Amino acid sequence: MYYVTPRQLIFPGDLVATADSRVEGPVYVDNGKIRSAVVGLVEFREDVVVIVPLEGVYKPKKGDLVIGYVTDVLATGWEVDVRTFMPAYLPVSEALHKHVDLETTPLTTFLNIGDVIVAKVKDVDLTDEYPVVLTLKEERVGKVESGTVVEIAPVKVPRVVGKKGSMLAVLAEVGCDIVVGQNGRIWVKCKSPRDEVFLTSLIKKIEAESHVMGLTDRVKAEVENYKKMRQQAQA
Amino acid sequence: MKKPPVPLLQNGLRADGRAPDQMREVQIQVGTVSNADGSAVVSYGATTAVAAVYGPREMHPRHLSLPDRGVMRVRYHMAPFSTKDERKSPTPSRREIEISKVLREALEPAVMLEQYPRSRIDVFIEILQADGSTRVASLTAASLALADAGIYMRDLVVGVSVGLVDGTVVLDLNGLEDNYGEGDMPVGYMPNLRRFTLLQLDGAWTREKFLEALGLAVKGAEYVYQVAREALKNRYMAIAEEIYGR
Repeated sequence: MYYVTPRQLIFPGDLVATADSRVEGPVYVDNGKIRSAVVGLVEFREDVVVIVPLEGVYKPKKGDLVIGYVTDVLATGWEVDVRTFMPAYLPVSEALHKHVDLETTPLTTFLNIGDVIVAKVKDVDLTDEYPVVLTLKEERVGKVESGTVVEIAPVKVPRVVGKKGSMLAVLAEVGCDIVVGQNGRIWVKCKSPRDEVFLTSLIKKIEAESHVMGLTDRVKAEVENYKKMRQQAQA
Repeated sequence: MKKPPVPLLQNGLRADGRAPDQMREVQIQVGTVSNADGSAVVSYGATTAVAAVYGPREMHPRHLSLPDRGVMRVRYHMAPFSTKDERKSPTPSRREIEISKVLREALEPAVMLEQYPRSRIDVFIEILQADGSTRVASLTAASLALADAGIYMRDLVVGVSVGLVDGTVVLDLNGLEDNYGEGDMPVGYMPNLRRFTLLQLDGAWTREKFLEALGLAVKGAEYVYQVAREALKNRYMAIAEEIYGR
């Protein structure tokens, strides 16, 4: 049994449902009742109710795609900032496919401080010294050489992706490569820098207006508008 | 006991004209400090507290972090200009250090620190104007700032004070009643879970007066909680209205 209505605002401690219901997101069970742990919005999906937080830091999960900045070069790997409250670690064994002799090759030849990487979260073990371990041995990951990285609040990432990627499909119409990191960093790579600037501002707009209904339609209109203007400029 | 400059209770009304079970005007605004991850300003009458939350973020130096949960650090501080007569020294006093600890312990049952191992959450509370009940106004402000920062919480914590004035139980002490009253009891309450996180008391109370005061505190806390919810709602609805208004 649910105590909430669709798209309602919810606050910490508010009742969501009885413990036998299906609820996802930041909730907890107290005395047989599921309660919200954050300020959020209630969303009804097919067979589950999801609490979508409106604020908060990124919490890494195994399998997440993230965009990180290398902050330190260690003896056998790199320390990476992935915008969470814990440092992430990328071991050499997860960064390179071939074997390297660490005694003769300095690690900085592969990645140095300040480099940007797209990586997968390999594992999260909160008892480890480095609780988050990253890997580059996946598809669509690696060092970022060019393009723009946009930062948004991590809780707004689902909005940029949209339901089943609908928003991302709209953004892709501009004709650029877009990689969305679950940690709220988005890498945009276009042929023209002007497109990158436009996408950057559009993503920022999605972030600011993420609570309001009809967002996808508004973004769609902006993209159409921009494409028209671009065509006119070319003509 | 010191004699108050004006009678604290006359014809059933208090020195500032309130009924014994009446709060002062409660004003709450969430998200006022743009540098912080979460913030709130709470006023109970003239008493005004601003709270700013930073974190969770990495703990430096690292040896201060805990492997199984986050560390919350709370600083309660009164601005030098917050008091009525003597300028308050900006150095943290014994009292402020104690209140910082008391507030931290009042917030810890609500905050899910186990969700943030090896990290820290900093809560800064500044009293801009002091007129009694500063610690409970701080508690309300701090819990709203934590919620605004998106930190996982079991419930909001609402603070109210109750006191004993001329043998009568009164709600939300002001500075005058705080100084000259017979007793003072700050309470921290989680309105959804109906649990207390802070209960202090000084003065001589009978068992009956204590229970009456506790009931009144719950009533006051529920009122403040409604104002707090409205404030949170305003913060997040403002964005929506900005767009529909165009």
